[in-house]
Amino acid sequence: MAERAIKLDVRDLTIRYDELTALEGVTLDIREHEIFGIIGPSNAGKTSFLKAINRMDMFNPQMSVQGHISFNGLDTRKVRNVYGLRRRIGVVFPLPVGLPLSVYDNVALAPRLAGQNNRAELDVIVERCLRRAALWDEVKDRLDSLGSLLSGGQQQRLTIARALSQEPELLMLDEFSIAVDPVTTMRIEEVLKELKQEITIILVTNLVQQARRLADRTAFFLDGKCLDIAPTEDLFTGEVSDERTRHYVEGRFG
Amino acid sequence: MFETTELNKKNRRNERLVRAVLGTMTGLLVLPVVLILSMLIYKGGPVISFEFLFTSPTNGMTAGGIFPALLGTVLLVVVALLASVPLGVAAAIYLSEYAPDNWTTRAINLAIINLAGVPSIVHALFGVGAFVIFFKFGTSILAASLTLAIMTLPVVIVATRESLQAVPLAFREACWNMGATRWQTIHRVVLPNAITGILTGVILEVSRTAGETAPIMFTGAAFFLPLLPQGVLDQTMALSLHLFVVATQVPGMPERLPYGVALVLISMVLLMNSMSIALRMYLRGKKKW
Repeated sequence: MAERAIKLDVRDLTIRYDELTALEGVTLDIREHEIFGIIGPSNAGKTSFLKAINRMDMFNPQMSVQGHISFNGLDTRKVRNVYGLRRRIGVVFPLPVGLPLSVYDNVALAPRLAGQNNRAELDVIVERCLRRAALWDEVKDRLDSLGSLLSGGQQQRLTIARALSQEPELLMLDEFSIAVDPVTTMRIEEVLKELKQEITIILVTNLVQQARRLADRTAFFLDGKCLDIAPTEDLFTGEVSDERTRHYVEGRFG
Repeated sequence: MFETTELNKKNRRNERLVRAVLGTMTGLLVLPVVLILSMLIYKGGPVISFEFLFTSPTNGMTAGGIFPALLGTVLLVVVALLASVPLGVAAAIYLSEYAPDNWTTRAINLAIINLAGVPSIVHALFGVGAFVIFFKFGTSILAASLTLAIMTLPVVIVATRESLQAVPLAFREACWNMGATRWQTIHRVVLPNAITGILTGVILEVSRTAGETAPIMFTGAAFFLPLLPQGVLDQTMALSLHLFVVATQVPGMPERLPYGVALVLISMVLLMNSMSIALRMYLRGKKKW
């Protein structure tokens, strides 16, 4: 099996919030077309990791990021067009966020920001993204209704539809299934498996079994350090370098 | 199992007592407003008519109407809002969405708070010095309105800032993560959802501005003008000043006239406040998240 191209190359990443070190010395790479899982207990630094990748630390003056991250070979810390970088990376948060715009406008927002104003083409994009997010059937007759008034599970799928509308090269999901029921979670997991063929996915999850179902390789974060990275099955069959990984996976803590 | 004990009885009695006391005090609040309004309607009501509102004063202001004063107040308020609202909203957007938390920002906020506390007579003198004399507008609608604008600025800024901050951060973060700039996020998501709140604050401020006397007295309002103002550099009459004049400065004034003027002024205030309250209730009903 040929080595796939490296999408994201992280070297010696250290993230601090004022005096608190959230992440230290993380080095890893993420390959194209893989689902890269990140598991670990809360406060392990997983969310900070994602924030550093798309330069959201820009909005938090207390956050300092050191180390090297390159996306498609470009140093993300030095890239001039930060907004362009963010447009190519889609993010889904744990808590559903339906913007107080119509469902249609929610999904059309990213294309419009990118300059797409043709109504017919926007219609196509909106339908495609809502279908992929497994939300189309439920909202197709009320695209005018407010996105912020949908149910939690629907809003989460709307968030995914918005992320997909960016046509991202990298999709980062941060514990997306927290506010979502198991059936919807399953539907979204199916979508992710299909999407893998087109884009690269980082899946941060505290549902260890979800990582097992979806991720090609998985990293284990604990207390700000990346303790293990391995093909997912190895992680779960116990062939790991650090004992704590095995304990976490077995459910002994977390 | 749930028998009433002595302690229960005492608590329930205290509850009823407190409720009665607080309710009575709230009721007392309404009393002054009701009394004032009743007095004004009783004494001034008969004076109000179409002629009263739309014709000019005659006979040394002891008869006739108050149209020039009414028009003048409307003009002054409109021009003042044209100056203070864009500036205030822009400042509030900057302070709420862009300004970093440093000493400069804190100094600006302090300046705004202090501006809000300046007595209106000081605003009046400032207006004379700055607009009438220094900028050479002379006593004019422009000078008076700008003086009023500076008085209303802090309120507009605070109302706007609160409306902006009522929009959850999560919405902004969702947009930023998509690659939107701050401004794109503001004008597509934040501002449209803050507009009604801003309007509520501005309308409330209109009623206050309409009643101010000192700031306009030396900067652009006059006791009596034979002609209506033709442009912003003209002087004008104004309702608040007119009330002061007819109530205290004119000999031989029929008793009803000042009450009539006061009734018109307070009706304007009540109308504006009702609009603001109605808008706020509409806002609350139309929950968007």
